[in-house]
Amino acid sequence: MSLILETKDINKYFKHPVPFHVLKDISIQLNEGEFVSIMGKSGCGKSTLLYILSTMDTDYSGELYIDGNKLTGLPPKNLARVRNESIGFVFQFHYLLPEFTVLRNVMLPALKLGKKSKAEIKKDAYEKLDMLGIKDQALKKAAMLSGGQKQRVSIARALINNPKIIMGDEPTGNLDSKNSNNVFNIFKQLSHEQNLSLLIVTHDLDFAKKTDRIIEMEDGFILSEMAVL
Amino acid sequence: MNDFPLIFEITRTHLMSRFKQTVVAALGVTFGIGTFIIMMSFMTGLNGLLDGLILNRTPHIQIYNEIKPSASQPIDRAAQYKNSFNVVHAIKPKNSQERIHNAIPLLAQLKQNEKVKGATPQTVSKVFYLAGSNKLNGVINGIQVEEEIRLFNFEDYITEGESKSILKRKNSILLGAGIAHKLSLSVGDKIQVSSANGGIFPLIIGGIFQSGLAEVDNIQSYVNIKTAQQILGEGSHYISHIHVKLWDIKDAVPMAEKISTQYNVSALDIETANAQFETGSDIRNLISYAVSITLLIVAGFGIYNILNMFIYEKMNDIAILKATGFMGTDVKWMFISQALIIGLIGGILGLVLGFGVSVLIDHAPFNTEALPTIKTYPVNFNPAFYIIGIVFALISTFLAGYFPAKKAQRIDPVEIIRGQ
Repeated sequence: MSLILETKDINKYFKHPVPFHVLKDISIQLNEGEFVSIMGKSGCGKSTLLYILSTMDTDYSGELYIDGNKLTGLPPKNLARVRNESIGFVFQFHYLLPEFTVLRNVMLPALKLGKKSKAEIKKDAYEKLDMLGIKDQALKKAAMLSGGQKQRVSIARALINNPKIIMGDEPTGNLDSKNSNNVFNIFKQLSHEQNLSLLIVTHDLDFAKKTDRIIEMEDGFILSEMAVL
Repeated sequence: MNDFPLIFEITRTHLMSRFKQTVVAALGVTFGIGTFIIMMSFMTGLNGLLDGLILNRTPHIQIYNEIKPSASQPIDRAAQYKNSFNVVHAIKPKNSQERIHNAIPLLAQLKQNEKVKGATPQTVSKVFYLAGSNKLNGVINGIQVEEEIRLFNFEDYITEGESKSILKRKNSILLGAGIAHKLSLSVGDKIQVSSANGGIFPLIIGGIFQSGLAEVDNIQSYVNIKTAQQILGEGSHYISHIHVKLWDIKDAVPMAEKISTQYNVSALDIETANAQFETGSDIRNLISYAVSITLLIVAGFGIYNILNMFIYEKMNDIAILKATGFMGTDVKWMFISQALIIGLIGGILGLVLGFGVSVLIDHAPFNTEALPTIKTYPVNFNPAFYIIGIVFALISTFLAGYFPAKKAQRIDPVEIIRGQ
């Protein structure tokens, strides 16, 4: 099994409003096909860590590797490329572009990547939507969908470029238990069937218990890493 | 930017999704550019008309023989008084003719000069117009009417009758409108003129001449040059003025100087004679530009405001685009291209509006005593205004879009996503 994501001694400070040491010597590893959840009380730094791992936040010390490549210190342009190509995101709030159709929303990252023709991307997008059971919604405006449907669209969008890793910031936090279960099952399936790595920040203990491994954080430290049996 | 089609697609969707705001922003530009076109076309049209009133019919160089005392007196040439202080009292000009010496060879030489568009002789005679017991003093200009028409748009100022009548009949006169009015005369009537040396000549009115300048129309009339020479009792070599029109008005000053020294005549150039007209035109142009640019800047602020608000509305979209791999520059160009599209559409509509209103103005009736040949408002359809207009629309909307776009480029997606 190869390492998909690795951090070495990541430290981060907030300077405002008062100097604050948010993340203290965080070193974690994530293998290919592993489904890991990060848990902790609010304010423990788990979201902050996720934004660093996602390359959007570059203001930290330490080192970050994704798929063996060191990303720390790369210019923003290259990081944008990495986000586009290797990372898929699912957020608590769905973050779709409301004026665009569901299909366009899913296609956008692939169009930006520009590796495939428009027709191929369209076909891929339909495949992903079909997999998530919302193919029939493809031509609706994103704003017209229900919360659970929107979250599935954003998962389809995260998958469109066949990334190495999916990161989620409380992807089920805003969903009822039925939809929440749905999303979990989709993640589980992706991890097992497509050997995708997943790193999900969550509050939801029931959700976390079903993942392969839980990383528990408190006050900027990693408290424990435990494999779920 | 191989991503341009994609960026453009997002831009288009954004613009279409808030169609009303887009239209309002574009209309701001439309009115700005439209007003610019209308103002410039109308103002410069009017300037052209006013300049034409004076400049088109004013010769670029007037050559004449001025009666004045000699600049150097005989004593100044005497060697023995060279270093002394000489005072001569009561100097009088020498009795000489008013005509230009050797006018015919001078005329021939001028016509051969490649800078000269044309040169035409005039014989000017002071006369009295007689009608019953009334005497009006005035001036008769003997002209070569075909050359005057070619060089100085003479035809434009004939309001009744026809200019060529003085060619057809030797005793035909083109009477100034003021004189005709005062003496209640019209085309076909007879008038007598008496010259300074007492001869009386019966003439038939072949046309009425109206320049729009009362001081000219009240005294001046035109006859064929031969007729004028006969009124003066002189031969065909008697030419009192030569009017020169050049291809390029800028040559007037040096050429006038050259002629006056070379041929020992007075030569008055147009810039010395009519300096105030240039100044007037320049200032009117300056005012038009200042007003138009102000309008465009106001339109620019409108676009700036709308885009700024739009960026606040679209914070989430910007964050998600950046999170999924779009770069800051992609986002920047998204907003700049929105501004440019607003500028382009608004600008083109502005050109159409400007052109349409200009055409309307051009057809609006405009009758004035002073300008007999003008029936509608003067409008200058110079394509340069349309080019300046669209370029300015694009520049101002680019600037109005650039600063909000810069802001959008710098938005930190983490802050937006955390903030939820």
